[in-house]
Amino acid sequence: MATVIELPIEVYAGPVDPDWCPGCGDFGVLKAVKMAAGKLGIKPKDLVIISGIGCSSNLPGFIHAYGVHSLHGRAVAVAQGIKLANHDLHVVVTGGDGDGYGIGIGHFIHAMRRNIDITYVVMNNQIYGLTTGQASPTTMKDVRTKSTPRGNAEPPINPIALALVSGATYVARGFSGEPEHLAQLIAGGIAHRGFALIDVFSPCVTYNKVNTYPWFKQRIYKLEEEPGYDPSDVMAALQRSFEWGDRIPIGLFYRDEQPIYEDSEPALRKGPLVHHPLRPERAVFEELIEELM
Amino acid sequence: MREVTVGIGGAAGDGLDKTGDTLAKTAARLGLYVYAYNSYQSVIRGGHIWLRVRIGEKKLTSHGDHVNVLIALNQDSIERHAREVESGGAIIYNSDKLKLDPTLLRDNVLPVPLPVSTITKPFGKVPPVMQNTVALGALLFLIGLDFETAASVLTDTFKHKGQAVIDQNVAIARAGYDYAKEHFVPLGYTWTFTHVRRPFITGNEAFAIGAVTAGCKFYSAYPMTPASSILHWMAAHAERCGIVVKQCEDELAVVNMAIGAGYAGVRAMCGTSGGGFALMTEAIGQAGMIEAPVVVIEVQRGGPSTGLPTKTEQGDLNQVFGASQGDYPRVIIAPGDVADCFAAAVEAFNLAEKYQLPVILMSDLLLSEHPETIEPDALRYDVPIERGELVTEWDESQGKYKRYAFTRSGVSPRALPGTEGAAHVAATDDHDEEGILISDVFTCPPVRRKIHEKRMRKLEAVLRELPPPTLEGPEDAEVTLIGWGSTKGVIREAIEKLAQEGIRANHLHIKYLFPFHAREVAEILRRCRKTICVEANYSGQFARYLRAETGISVDAHIRKYDGEPFEPRYIVERVKAILEGASHTLDVTEDEAREIAYHYIRTHLDDDARPGRISRLERDGFEEPIWDVEIISRETGQTRGRLFIGVETGSTYHWQPAELVS
Ligand SMILES: Cc1ncc(C[n+]2csc(CCOP(=O)(O)OP(=O)(O)O)c2C)c(N)n1
Ligand code: SF4
Repeated sequence: MATVIELPIEVYAGPVDPDWCPGCGDFGVLKAVKMAAGKLGIKPKDLVIISGIGCSSNLPGFIHAYGVHSLHGRAVAVAQGIKLANHDLHVVVTGGDGDGYGIGIGHFIHAMRRNIDITYVVMNNQIYGLTTGQASPTTMKDVRTKSTPRGNAEPPINPIALALVSGATYVARGFSGEPEHLAQLIAGGIAHRGFALIDVFSPCVTYNKVNTYPWFKQRIYKLEEEPGYDPSDVMAALQRSFEWGDRIPIGLFYRDEQPIYEDSEPALRKGPLVHHPLRPERAVFEELIEELM
Repeated sequence: MREVTVGIGGAAGDGLDKTGDTLAKTAARLGLYVYAYNSYQSVIRGGHIWLRVRIGEKKLTSHGDHVNVLIALNQDSIERHAREVESGGAIIYNSDKLKLDPTLLRDNVLPVPLPVSTITKPFGKVPPVMQNTVALGALLFLIGLDFETAASVLTDTFKHKGQAVIDQNVAIARAGYDYAKEHFVPLGYTWTFTHVRRPFITGNEAFAIGAVTAGCKFYSAYPMTPASSILHWMAAHAERCGIVVKQCEDELAVVNMAIGAGYAGVRAMCGTSGGGFALMTEAIGQAGMIEAPVVVIEVQRGGPSTGLPTKTEQGDLNQVFGASQGDYPRVIIAPGDVADCFAAAVEAFNLAEKYQLPVILMSDLLLSEHPETIEPDALRYDVPIERGELVTEWDESQGKYKRYAFTRSGVSPRALPGTEGAAHVAATDDHDEEGILISDVFTCPPVRRKIHEKRMRKLEAVLRELPPPTLEGPEDAEVTLIGWGSTKGVIREAIEKLAQEGIRANHLHIKYLFPFHAREVAEILRRCRKTICVEANYSGQFARYLRAETGISVDAHIRKYDGEPFEPRYIVERVKAILEGASHTLDVTEDEAREIAYHYIRTHLDDDARPGRISRLERDGFEEPIWDVEIISRETGQTRGRLFIGVETGSTYHWQPAELVS
């Protein structure tokens, strides 16, 4: 294996400073993404960060790398197109819970089912930030928001369990209050061959008055520190994914080596599509025409 | 005689396609021209399928409007189409199973009953679809096509099934041929076979082959008729052609994946029909905003909603024009024929990459799904490939790379991810030259103005590059027929027919819908005497666009929205009526009343019933005049009752069983 030359996080310093509210959890995630890329020594030219729309989805603008700031809910689809076009690139999707688990949930599930080699970091603040505080798919039941003044009637989605049953091969949860730990998880996800989900508790200090930093600090514990926890055991992971209350697990829930989607594409065996010659061979063209006669 | 049209009628699952295909390929290998059209339904088995294969010595541009020989694979097809067979023609049917009522025939139409079980007896037990092969053999004899050529087609068709299957098919076709030779006289067709080999190809195949030849490496789709056959072709050829073909979870994924692939530097295309396109529209605007090249094929079918899944229409113009919020640069091209589909696909990739924008190719079921022979040189290997300006490395001492640099042309040189020194974010929020957002924190109205102008300015160069439309036919014609997209061929044929009747007409065909050559078109139209817009939709979407762009209202319209394509005679009759000043009525015609009766029978009566005599009654008790359709028994010919159909509304008012009648 080639030795990794780590890069300092300054390499990824973006052109503008984040416009997030002071104290927003997304700052920790931004830092962790840069740290993870640095740890792996990924050059900015080889890193593509794709997002949808939301406060969290502004992240690509704050980091020096290639990026697409796409449509609300569509980042995972755009990312897969990029990955299939050039699988030498490190493709990381960053977005919010509304973006990924609401409007984009179909793409999310299908990307996991494909086990395509991308890394998805969801800044889960359990609220819609950018549109000023409506309920999101992960807002807890009975919580009052601008759009649920009588309390949220719907129970939240469980992204960890969903990922486990949908075929993701790297499933983790981090906390933006612990960027070092989070960076480890993200680096693990990028290094992992296959679909990696890193769901991140990333508090919205402006609109979510329930799931605050202290709320998480009181509850979270690390799976790595649990004696006997085995991240290759999917049933154990599933069991932990339902833990929600006084104790909430973070860390690596599950990891498994499985064939990735790219392996099934014959066209990709000759290297990234983007480097293939454009013209088909003349003999192939002639065969295509001959079939019509 | 220089051309023949063979109609094949049956139910889905009867194997019409193979029969039609063998016939068409045989004619094509002999050097004849072929144009086929399959009027089918969204059922896997049953229903009524009506396939026409028109064969001629000269290039054919439509499936025409007549039938010379009918191959009827079930009773329904005999009854529905026997009366359409022209004098001098024939009706081929399996006389073991079907009956031909002589009253259904026009004068001088030859019944060709084939005792299929007797003919196939020497071959042991054969599957029922072999009746088609017997009929095909008989047909080849009757219309004077060469049997050995048909045998070579059958050999290629069944190659993958092994020699035994080939032998059986050829032998059974031969038996049909020999039987006909023994019992019937040929219909008198004499052909000059040039043996020029021409591809027999559909519009969708031409799109796919054009795309691959132009370097398309990524195709994504979600199945939707009539675009699905592009997906099928791509999937079947993916490995050989080195394409990634992705069937996605929905059209939102389809288009966004294609945009991602286009952004990353491969030539990417996706395809769908109207409903799927509706889902894609937000992303198409995104491609305009982030300046990602992508080609989208929109194959129209009857709408709105899921509409007519297997029927044709040109009703999505408003949608394609209205796709996405806001203004953004894009190109909309509607190829006019199958050969043009190939060329348009190549052109679409070049425009998409040179100008970094979405290019939409508009087709419809007719153009996309009908096969025809085209000239071999229409499919060229060495097509031009123009990728536009690419930055392959950027030395930061030159200053910062600006992905959206404000240029006079509006085109900013593109850097693909992976390029050293040129990292940037492609943002779907509006942004400055570097890609930094100009909403929210950095709001800057002048930057928004200039980048918006930069993007839109690309269209000026695109328009200069696209050839303006020209008038075809005599300059001083009495009438000018205006059409776009798939109506090109049928209008051309209608014009020939009009000329035979002493009416001089010319044709303005529009291929490039956006950007639009408004000045050139206005100049042409101002010189025309009477303008008639022909389009396959209800409201005249194109005529309205023409008026918006040129200020000119056409004088008259010919429109069709019943799901079936225009036929030349339909256009000829309407042109004549317009010239005579006759007002157009939307009343249900006698033929239509018969079709409505068939529908009623299928949904409410049983297999034994069919329409008989039809007469028109004045309003008596109903709100309108009515068609009084006698329904008779197929078996006995006896009256089973009467169905009353409104002439104005088409309502099936009343079914009166025979017991109550007498
Ligand atoms: C199709 C569409 N619908 C709605 C919106 C408006 N919108 C923008 S961001 C957003 C929700 C963002 O929530 P989340 O993804 O959780 O991100 P956060 O702002 O909380 O980080 C919505 C509904 C949009 N941009 N596009
Ligand atoms: S609104 Fe919430 S999520 Fe958005 S920037 Fe502010 S704190 Fe962060």
